[in-house]
Amino acid sequence: MPEIQFTLNGERRTVNIEANDILLDVLRDKLGIKSPKCGCDRGDCGACAVLLNGKSVRSCLIFAIEVNEQEITTLEGISKNELSPLQQAFINNNSFQCGYCAPGIIITATELLNKNPHPTREEVKENLSGNLCRCTGYIPIIEAVLEASKRGKNE
Amino acid sequence: MPVIQGFEYFKPKTLNEALHLLSNNRGQASILAGGTDIVVQFKEDLITSKALIDIKGITELSKIEIKEDKLFIGACVTFTDLIESELIKNKFPIIWEASKTVGSVGIRNRATMVGNICSAVPSADSAPALLVYEALVILKNKDGERLVPISDWFIAPKKTGIQKDEIVVGILIHIPKKKYACCYEKLSRYEGEDLAQAGIGILAFEDHYYRIAFCAVGPIPTRAPKLEQFLNGKKITSPIIEEAKKILLEEITPITDIRSSRKYRIHMVKLMFERGLKKVISRLEGGKDA
Repeated sequence: MPEIQFTLNGERRTVNIEANDILLDVLRDKLGIKSPKCGCDRGDCGACAVLLNGKSVRSCLIFAIEVNEQEITTLEGISKNELSPLQQAFINNNSFQCGYCAPGIIITATELLNKNPHPTREEVKENLSGNLCRCTGYIPIIEAVLEASKRGKNE
Repeated sequence: MPVIQGFEYFKPKTLNEALHLLSNNRGQASILAGGTDIVVQFKEDLITSKALIDIKGITELSKIEIKEDKLFIGACVTFTDLIESELIKNKFPIIWEASKTVGSVGIRNRATMVGNICSAVPSADSAPALLVYEALVILKNKDGERLVPISDWFIAPKKTGIQKDEIVVGILIHIPKKKYACCYEKLSRYEGEDLAQAGIGILAFEDHYYRIAFCAVGPIPTRAPKLEQFLNGKKITSPIIEEAKKILLEEITPITDIRSSRKYRIHMVKLMFERGLKKVISRLEGGKDA
């Protein structure tokens, strides 16, 4: 069984995996990281989004072995010490109901705000177009991202 | 969903190493770059491989660079890399425009343009842009290299001209010498993440020569030779556009599927053609988008 090492939320982790193990499954089942969710399992819904070297990716479409010596950040890492301004804005705006999509959306929006701290409404919508939410109708989510963008750094 | 079949994973650091791995596992190896298509295929058991060769460790394949009068886009260049490249944005705007329409941010951060043409679905967003640039696909096996014009690359849905012992190293694009402008028009069900219901790439030269290519309105992405022949040498006027729309219908064979009906595709392609052509002419004249 191959062994991989990578940085997970700032900590060095070592884990034994099979070559065909999917990153999402390894995070959830072997490393206890439960924020990324399995939605569509084919890259369409964004519920499994994590940051790989700072870029949002679909953890359901990556073999765990590919992240050997790379850096992964999940929601657990973003809120390690306290909620990020974006997470707080999600609460302020009632931006989730069932909450299943929220970790993926916060990951995607965190990447956006790191790259572009003051996005327009259109830019927020375009960036979040790969994250599906079946509860909110998206408006409170967009409001939360815009609110957070007024408050500064999010990671 | 777990991937059932087991395989051995390799991450070579050089192209030579990758080519030898491919040759040693003849016919039973898959190449992995972004993985956004191939991992789904593994999950659905649509491919079987004994070896998975991850080419992301080969640094030369991540390059976007000008070599003499040609642009090279390496096999590991992602759509995000293309969108963030000033060179692409300024000098190859149709590549930039098409890249922006692929999937969503999370897909574009991983998916590669070379992967897009290797998957070779009829709706490949990269295809019209590469077709109007008359791009070349660079293939290597352990004995050498060959170049395949993009117009010969697509053979059937999901089928390309690659041989089992070959790796697509990248794409070469000749930089047109004459002044030109181009655009990519995509029809999808909503803004943002969706596959194309229809796509059209248009490149117009200052001296009234045109290159036009479609995706998602036939089994493979193709150029439109009859349409180009009709337009070549002509200045674009309303009667010319109306005449051209009739010829356009001979160039496409759209189907009805989950994303739209044949009738709707035909209707929209005509409008997209007109819109795109006007946009290109306006860009050529240095104006804003029509």
